[in-house]
Amino acid sequence: MRLLSRKATCNTHGQDSSYFLGWEEYEKNPYDKVKNPNGIIQMGLAENQLSFDLLESWLAKNPDVSGFKRDGKSIFRELALFQDYHGLPLFKKALVDFMAEIRENKVTFDPNHMVLTAGATSANETLMFCVAEEGDAFLLPTPYYPGFDRDLKWRTGVEIVPIQCTSSNNFRITESALEQAYQDATKRNLRVKGVLVTNPSNPLGTTLSRNEFDLLIDFIKDKETMHLISDEIYSGTVFSSPSFVSVMEILKEMTPNDAAKIWNRVHVVYSLSKDLGLPGFRVGAIYSENDAVVAAATKMSSFGLVSSQTQYLLAAMLSDNKFTKKYISENQKRLRRRQRMLVTGLQKAGIKCLKSNAGLFCWVDMRHLLCSNTFEAEMELWKKIVYQVGLNISPGSSCHCSEPGWFRVCFANMSQDTLNVAMKRVKNFVTDSTGAECGSSSVSFTKSFSNWVFRLSSRDHRAPEER
Amino acid sequence: MLSRKASKDSHGQDSSYFQGWEEYEKNPYHPIQNPMGIIQMGLAENQLSFDLLESWLRRNSNTMALKKDGVSAFKDLALFQDYHGLPAFKEALVNFMTSMRENKIKYSSDKLVLTAGATAANEILMFCLTDPGQAFILPTPYYPGFDRDLKWRTGAEIVPMHCSSSNGFRITRCALEQAYQLGQELNLKIKGVLVTNPSNPLGTTMTKTELNHLLDFAIDKNIHIVSDEIYSGTVFDCSSTTSFTSIMEVLNERNNNNYNNIRNHVHMVYSLSKDLGLPGFRVGMIYSNNEKVIAAATKMSSFALISSQTQFMLSNLLSDAKFIKKYMVENQRRLKRRKDMLVRGLRKAGISCLRSNAGLFCWVDMRHLLSSDSFEAEKELWKRIVCEVGLNISPGSSCHCSQPGWFRICFANISEDALHLAMHRMKVFTSSIFSVRFPIIMMRKKSF
Repeated sequence: MRLLSRKATCNTHGQDSSYFLGWEEYEKNPYDKVKNPNGIIQMGLAENQLSFDLLESWLAKNPDVSGFKRDGKSIFRELALFQDYHGLPLFKKALVDFMAEIRENKVTFDPNHMVLTAGATSANETLMFCVAEEGDAFLLPTPYYPGFDRDLKWRTGVEIVPIQCTSSNNFRITESALEQAYQDATKRNLRVKGVLVTNPSNPLGTTLSRNEFDLLIDFIKDKETMHLISDEIYSGTVFSSPSFVSVMEILKEMTPNDAAKIWNRVHVVYSLSKDLGLPGFRVGAIYSENDAVVAAATKMSSFGLVSSQTQYLLAAMLSDNKFTKKYISENQKRLRRRQRMLVTGLQKAGIKCLKSNAGLFCWVDMRHLLCSNTFEAEMELWKKIVYQVGLNISPGSSCHCSEPGWFRVCFANMSQDTLNVAMKRVKNFVTDSTGAECGSSSVSFTKSFSNWVFRLSSRDHRAPEER
Repeated sequence: MLSRKASKDSHGQDSSYFQGWEEYEKNPYHPIQNPMGIIQMGLAENQLSFDLLESWLRRNSNTMALKKDGVSAFKDLALFQDYHGLPAFKEALVNFMTSMRENKIKYSSDKLVLTAGATAANEILMFCLTDPGQAFILPTPYYPGFDRDLKWRTGAEIVPMHCSSSNGFRITRCALEQAYQLGQELNLKIKGVLVTNPSNPLGTTMTKTELNHLLDFAIDKNIHIVSDEIYSGTVFDCSSTTSFTSIMEVLNERNNNNYNNIRNHVHMVYSLSKDLGLPGFRVGMIYSNNEKVIAAATKMSSFALISSQTQFMLSNLLSDAKFIKKYMVENQRRLKRRKDMLVRGLRKAGISCLRSNAGLFCWVDMRHLLSSDSFEAEKELWKRIVCEVGLNISPGSSCHCSQPGWFRICFANISEDALHLAMHRMKVFTSSIFSVRFPIIMMRKKSF
């Protein structure tokens, strides 16, 4: 009899992908302006480090909150004991208000329909447990966040069937791609329980168009057991037009007849990890009008509650409407500026990005730098970029992109100076013919490749939680 | 439209157990605002030592402000989501565990996985050790939450191992074998045994004999042992016969050929929810020598990471060894005092408790108050205690006890006054029962 479970010994956690080589290389040789100016610059981390000063200044002005005090009195005891899976009411109220504010108050949310979870990672898995059986499938447009392979599938037994999007129409979801995905699932004898989209998209950095929404709604409308999950974790990072349209807004705009068909099959996931840059605090949420989903997810949240200490701190912060208004607008301004820097810098190197209006990254077109239109060539190029250029970026294949040559490059997790250094390196790489030439792999390069293969199979490495 | 998990009652939260909760919430006791209300004695919380923690916090306000040596650690903490956990926190935890267990074992942080509470830890272990449909043996009575935590989303089964009052509910080799047989009959592959030590709801620590029986059994059947030691810091009676022995300690003492195998089969769960009384902060952990389990559990902890803000604060608290030592001693002294109060008070009401040395509750024998030796009678009695006496206590059936008439009564989540009042109400209640049942005896007594 096997000692451990299949889940513990299989590779469905998806953390053995080649994606992690870049991580390892970075950790061995991290860039530091002073101590290691030739090191690898981390551009594979979708973190928002641009606005901590705003958060820190708020904290400095509100020391009582971190000190477990309310109106001068200690509430330590109450917080220490508070483990109600319905969540701290004050926090849920502040969170729904914040979410509404991000959506320019075009929609409002009811705190009673919200479930708090330890991060969106937990929220997504919990939703899968609630709406799908082991062996069911969810359709996801590609490219998508690599972590979904673990979050949605690993312990739930749910399958992911890709909706292949292509550059021919800027990776927009098409009706034929949706239908094709549905056919693929059916051929594999998988029962499709719904579609999960990330809006704004990771890794594309674009917001879903109304046309795409129409397609999705039409797709699930008459299939009574199908759900639509909208992971809106990046909703606060929309920095330019078109403005963000939440799936909840679409629902609100529908005719009562149409809305009635699907209102209880649409669910939203949110988190404070990207907008506020607080992935360490583990704050995620599920929002649904479906009472049964809320009831089940609430009980399941027992397995991943948010620390009451953190709920209290963030309740106070997000209830400060003056602060949140200023933060949202300033944060978006800074993101926009950074994205411009990256796009311009890459442009100078003759590299184009997918036109984007959100996120903490750009979806970069390096197809013209490939030696051949293959994923092998993409891997070759990627390794050159990691080792020779010294930038850890994410290859499109790790995001299940159907076309080789696309890369996700993050811009919000480093200083402006570092971004400038990165852009210079890219320019040098492209203009330097030796570097960009195909088949010009150095000895050390091949050596480290075989080392990597050996190492990956024997070591348990840290996986980036970051998206 | 929804999954079976979402639609069924498999979360186990519709048991009648929750009726008492509902009654309490409708009519909660308050010394001034509602002195006739229901006193909550079904909540295994430790509220006795917050003053000690609060005073530490006042002296260490920098920790709250997320400052380390005067420098703000906010940014680093805000970004820290490494599922290996904050190194300083894990160090502090293993040092805390080592000293709390009297340095009999040196725990190491690379064998520790942090999770959002023991609830998450137990579920993760089940995901790692069982495939759906496989089972774990659990001695009864056991914590009602296990029905949800171990079975719900994992698809694992629980095979109860019935312990009885005839031997103080101790685990015997015979009972273990019987449970294993039961598993075979039910066509369930038994993957291990899960014990809570100290026990919830019994409040007793497992003896070395019991632990060794457990190890022998696990070696013989080649299965796992999970030891939930969440109450290990609540042991308040530490004589040589009643001190706490961790499964890890007994494992360590084994020095034979079988040692290597079993070493990989023993896993421990711990949490700060009971000892430090911090259930709201969601701090749990898995400890194991099994590298594969640690590797898999670490990745699974992604679904239940501890807030870095909390890890930071508690790593500072636990690193203050002088304070923690003082805290543990004082906390245990207060727990013992409270337990003694409960035991005395119940005795005055003609009710005895299982002799206990740990936990935040007593396992109380009310068999003599049952109208019949049945669970219906237990339920009847329970309803009277909730509604008439005004005490929310937990009926043994909710803990899967095989014998009717036992109840778990908590003593560390209410004030001393409330406890006195509760004892007084009990006395009045039992007196009324006895005077109804034995009017002649009462009359005779009177004439004396």
